[in-house]
Amino acid sequence: MNTEYIAQQIVNGLILGSMYAMVAMGFSMIYGIIRLINFAHGDVVMIGAFCTLGLFQVLGAPFPLVALVVLTAGALVGILIEKGAFRPMRGAPQVTGFIASLAVSIMLQNLGILFLTAQPRNFAFPDYLQKVHHVAGVSFRVVDMGIMVSALILMCGLVLLVNKTRLGMAMRATAENIDVARLMGININRTIMATFAIGSALAGIAGLMWGGKFGQIDPLMGFVPGLKSFVAAVIGGVGSIPGAILGGFVLGLAEVLFVGLLPPIYSAFRDAFVFFTLILILLILPNGILGRNLEDRA
Amino acid sequence: MLEIRDIHVYRGQTYVLQGVSLEVGRGEIVALIGANGAGKTSMLRTISGLLRAKSGQIMYQPDANGEKIDISRMSAERIVNLGLCHCPEGRGIFSQLSVRENLLVGAYLNKDKQALADDYKNVCEIFPILGERSDQAGGSLSGGEQEMLAVGRALMSRPRLLILDEPSLGLGPIIVDNLFAILRQINTQGVTILLVEQNAVMALEYADRAYVLENGRVTLSGPSRELAEDENVRRAYLGGL
Repeated sequence: MNTEYIAQQIVNGLILGSMYAMVAMGFSMIYGIIRLINFAHGDVVMIGAFCTLGLFQVLGAPFPLVALVVLTAGALVGILIEKGAFRPMRGAPQVTGFIASLAVSIMLQNLGILFLTAQPRNFAFPDYLQKVHHVAGVSFRVVDMGIMVSALILMCGLVLLVNKTRLGMAMRATAENIDVARLMGININRTIMATFAIGSALAGIAGLMWGGKFGQIDPLMGFVPGLKSFVAAVIGGVGSIPGAILGGFVLGLAEVLFVGLLPPIYSAFRDAFVFFTLILILLILPNGILGRNLEDRA
Repeated sequence: MLEIRDIHVYRGQTYVLQGVSLEVGRGEIVALIGANGAGKTSMLRTISGLLRAKSGQIMYQPDANGEKIDISRMSAERIVNLGLCHCPEGRGIFSQLSVRENLLVGAYLNKDKQALADDYKNVCEIFPILGERSDQAGGSLSGGEQEMLAVGRALMSRPRLLILDEPSLGLGPIIVDNLFAILRQINTQGVTILLVEQNAVMALEYADRAYVLENGRVTLSGPSRELAEDENVRRAYLGGL
């Protein structure tokens, strides 16, 4: 085990982490604004992946267009889920929304199986994206770098949006106190919808990345990344966007290093390790790394 | 300016307002006093659209010569847009937003950058402490400063009718005096004020007229000076002085 090998694992961890972070940000935004743990969020990843497959491989659309359409599709799915499932139960106890999100998740998975079959499909990006580069003993594909770079750009974009724009201010105000936000003239329905749209667009694009990274997609693929991104959001401090980013990277690195540095016999336990990490961090920092201590947080 | 006609409001199963009527004239300061649980906060929440009345009308006339609008079925965010601003119970400061953002969010519907900058400057003149602390988180301010911020934030929306829910809550007597003096100053600049107060002494001293709310009904009303002399009011709300 040499330094090059370790460097390679770190790069792999960062790539995985940036995908977790993409999904975790949406999780955290949605939780932050309406205290909803949205288990259907991972399935938006699946929808993003299948959109990419359809546009890219079946229709042969150019890559930037695909990315744009996948972002839009993610946003639309988010809006649809919010309007259809969560808006009607606004004001209901937290657990109601949580159960509803499980229902939405199961529905999306089964719709996927119904229309797309449960058969996993190969997800092959064109050769120029698959080309392998070697830098200082670390090898990566163009698509891997693409994932990292676009994730970083989107993260910065989101942080700026939330902290510097009028919509971002409305989102933060609504997250803190819905009634007072209404008294300020903020249209909370529109603000909550925008939050779902943005968070789900990021999940959609994460689906594109996921497919590009692992090369195979199926209608149930959203469950594990969804769950792990939830873990990432909780590790970072749910409700906090920088926390979700940090949590995503911590989890991605921890997972890859666990598999890469321990004898191969342990690698089957990678998911168990992820949840062990969660328990360990929450024992030390009950609100996550960057979380604030707010009384009604789950 | 504001005319409430026989409104009935339920909060869950509780019948909180049982046919309340009241009026606020243009340019007045009107106080609503009463014990805990009398329905004062529900009254204000109904006016600003956070609660829906089961029946009754709330007629609001933003302009002296303009039309009267029934706002009892209107959403809270549209009501603010008519210049009716409600400063909620417990101040409702956004503790994680900076002081500046708290003020800007008060003017959320105003998209005119120049007007926004002018209003911001004005508010910082009335409350210099807010200008000094503009980058601090709202939650880091003291109670008195938070109340200033709440009033400042309300002013940012250019209210014609300002509704305040217990502005004196938890504040020391000097700060309360100061605050009421500022409210009077705001009032003389043309802002009508409706306020709910536990501190009946203070409310009756500054208000033109007052209503006494008991168990969801108006039991007494009239000019503040008369109410302050009233035997029952003195016994119940002014500590029997």
